[in-house]
Amino acid sequence: MADTRDITLTVNGESHTATAETRTSLGDFLRHTIGLTGTHMGCEHGVCGACTVLLDGEAVRSCLMLAVQANGHEVTTIEGLANADGTLSPLQEAFWEHHGLQCGFCTPGMLTSLTAFLRDHPDADEKEIREAISGNICRCTGYQGIVNAALDAAKTMQEG
Amino acid sequence: MKPAPFTYHDPTTADEAVALLAQHEDSKVLAGGQSLMPMLNMRFVVPDHVIDLNGIEGIAGIRDARDTLEIGAMTRQRDLMRDGTIAEKAPIIPGALNWVGHFQTRNRGTIGGSLCHLDPAAELPCLMAAYDATLTVQGPDGARAVPFAEWPLAYMMPSIGPDEILTAVSVPCWSGNVGHGFVEYARRHGDFAIVAVAALLAVEGGKISRAAISLGGVDVRPLRLDAAEAALVGEAPGADTFRAAAELARGIDAMSDAYVSSEYRQRLAATLTERALNAAANNLNGSA
Repeated sequence: MADTRDITLTVNGESHTATAETRTSLGDFLRHTIGLTGTHMGCEHGVCGACTVLLDGEAVRSCLMLAVQANGHEVTTIEGLANADGTLSPLQEAFWEHHGLQCGFCTPGMLTSLTAFLRDHPDADEKEIREAISGNICRCTGYQGIVNAALDAAKTMQEG
Repeated sequence: MKPAPFTYHDPTTADEAVALLAQHEDSKVLAGGQSLMPMLNMRFVVPDHVIDLNGIEGIAGIRDARDTLEIGAMTRQRDLMRDGTIAEKAPIIPGALNWVGHFQTRNRGTIGGSLCHLDPAAELPCLMAAYDATLTVQGPDGARAVPFAEWPLAYMMPSIGPDEILTAVSVPCWSGNVGHGFVEYARRHGDFAIVAVAALLAVEGGKISRAAISLGGVDVRPLRLDAAEAALVGEAPGADTFRAAAELARGIDAMSDAYVSSEYRQRLAATLTERALNAAANNLNGSA
């Protein structure tokens, strides 16, 4: 019989209680059990960064964590980044403006990673931004639009 | 893709974790999960039991005991980078951690996990070798101390029993007029090092009184350059002295793999050792 646990976690401000098989990754739990498919599972071994979510505000790979380990914690996914009124966050807005995405597969990981990074490093320059997203692989854009978007968002957020 | 079924345990004390390990033969210990989870996902490892250390009280955190840093095994790499005491007393550690994976993996990855996984190219084992750190391992019969020199037994095989867990790492900081340098070469940022070098220097009365040079990525375990360290002691720090000492790295037995030859690693070892020593000399009067 499968080893399961009943877990309760807060996702994008909303409390969820569900049964998780203990071997299920946090990413699969978010997608299949909670139904939030914005988090993308790519390589599933921590390399591509597409599945990055915020755990208690810090960017982590949701493929490298078990759902049961998130019990009692707070998770933010791509679905939770927009403002409460549904308008896009400055970073999301900048991705739109600067062609920061094409196919969109890496985008949830890029946005969650950069949301945490720019919060902690509001003065980040291009080199620091490129290093911050070195663990997020994009095969469409060549990164230029993503870096431009991050730089522009940092500026917008500082101007407040 | 997901791990094969296992039974999950989340003990809240180290004693409980050790008891579970003694009780369950085919078990794996889960720390930060940044190496074990990929291996589980790809089913390279298929344990019957996973013992998660994340809920254990008291084995994470950094304590300053005079000139020794007592670091809990479950301390996240991120917390090592943000800690004020480490930044002051052992600044080589946060600097080198910039090379460990990516900030997202450092948010989960732990010092103990890295030391137990013991990848030959990993930065934390390389640093702990430079410091001659002491590891505390807890088993059914209590705790024992393992000097880092005796920790790696073979390729990715630490000196830890199947019913033991690593609980703490003691890092003896250097004091006086000391400097540190850490340099690494990898093909992409965040990849494991092809060669990494950690260098610590202490200078007294214008002469080098103590030196530690540790190389990662060249051998199955971190390699201390004893001959170069001995050659440096008693000399005045300077570019020529460093070049001569670094040349000794060219003679090491270096691994080869499908991408990097042994000769290339030897060349890198010499070049990076020289750079690490120069970097250390450039921040003398600091701490290391």
